[in-house]
Amino acid sequence: MIDPVSPHEKAIIILGCPEVPVQQALALYVASGLRDRGADVLVTGNPSVLGLLKVSDPKSVYITKTLVLETCIAEIVEKKQDCTLCIVFAHNDAAIAYAATLRHLLPGSRFIVVVFGKDPEPLAAEINFPCETIVEKVVHNPAQLKAKINKVLGWVVSRV
Amino acid sequence: MGCIESLKYEKILPLGASFKECREYVEKNYAEVWYVEPGYKLFDEYIIGLPPIALGIEEGTKITFPYTKPCHGTYLLRIEGQEEVERVRKTAKTKKQAGNIR
Repeated sequence: MIDPVSPHEKAIIILGCPEVPVQQALALYVASGLRDRGADVLVTGNPSVLGLLKVSDPKSVYITKTLVLETCIAEIVEKKQDCTLCIVFAHNDAAIAYAATLRHLLPGSRFIVVVFGKDPEPLAAEINFPCETIVEKVVHNPAQLKAKINKVLGWVVSRV
Repeated sequence: MGCIESLKYEKILPLGASFKECREYVEKNYAEVWYVEPGYKLFDEYIIGLPPIALGIEEGTKITFPYTKPCHGTYLLRIEGQEEVERVRKTAKTKKQAGNIR
């Protein structure tokens, strides 16, 4: 069952460095789920992480729009990009800095920071800006983090 | 958008410095400190970070500021640029008060 939420929503998914495996799977999962629910989805990150996604999704079934992170930030500052929902995947200090920057630049958006990796709690403690947070100590197995994302996004999904 | 690597810069704090460390270093070591918000443009780059972002100015011509690379983290660097110094003085919102200088 697909729960009908937020039609015409514009979402930006911000990805960190691709060294933690769960990010790749969850980026595809979240992008797919948002598209299924009618959202216009832009995925941004460094060239390596975007390259991994494009190879994983060669027919652009899950991800159609991508933009290099620096360009995306420049376009947000210049008011060429905007969104109603921003989801940031963060597993290092740099990603928290990017999240803080985007929170400041997108004050009207629903803003979710997904903090994960080997030691997510200290990173989550650095977040001192208004947002929703999802925190999970995870590197390889996406199941628990996926369940938490479903809950925060209000997604009802079948057990498959 | 430019590339910071194309400019001549000095590393003041190495890669891996936290934003808090960068801000504290600037506040402690510079008599002239300005604060800007994330997304402020400096040397043709949009500055990333946890607000407020501290910029240190010395000798009237050099700016020290944090710079973040997505994969590598943050470091504090210093670049010479008279025009950028003047622009910071005109456009940055707040300046550390003399009484706060340590």
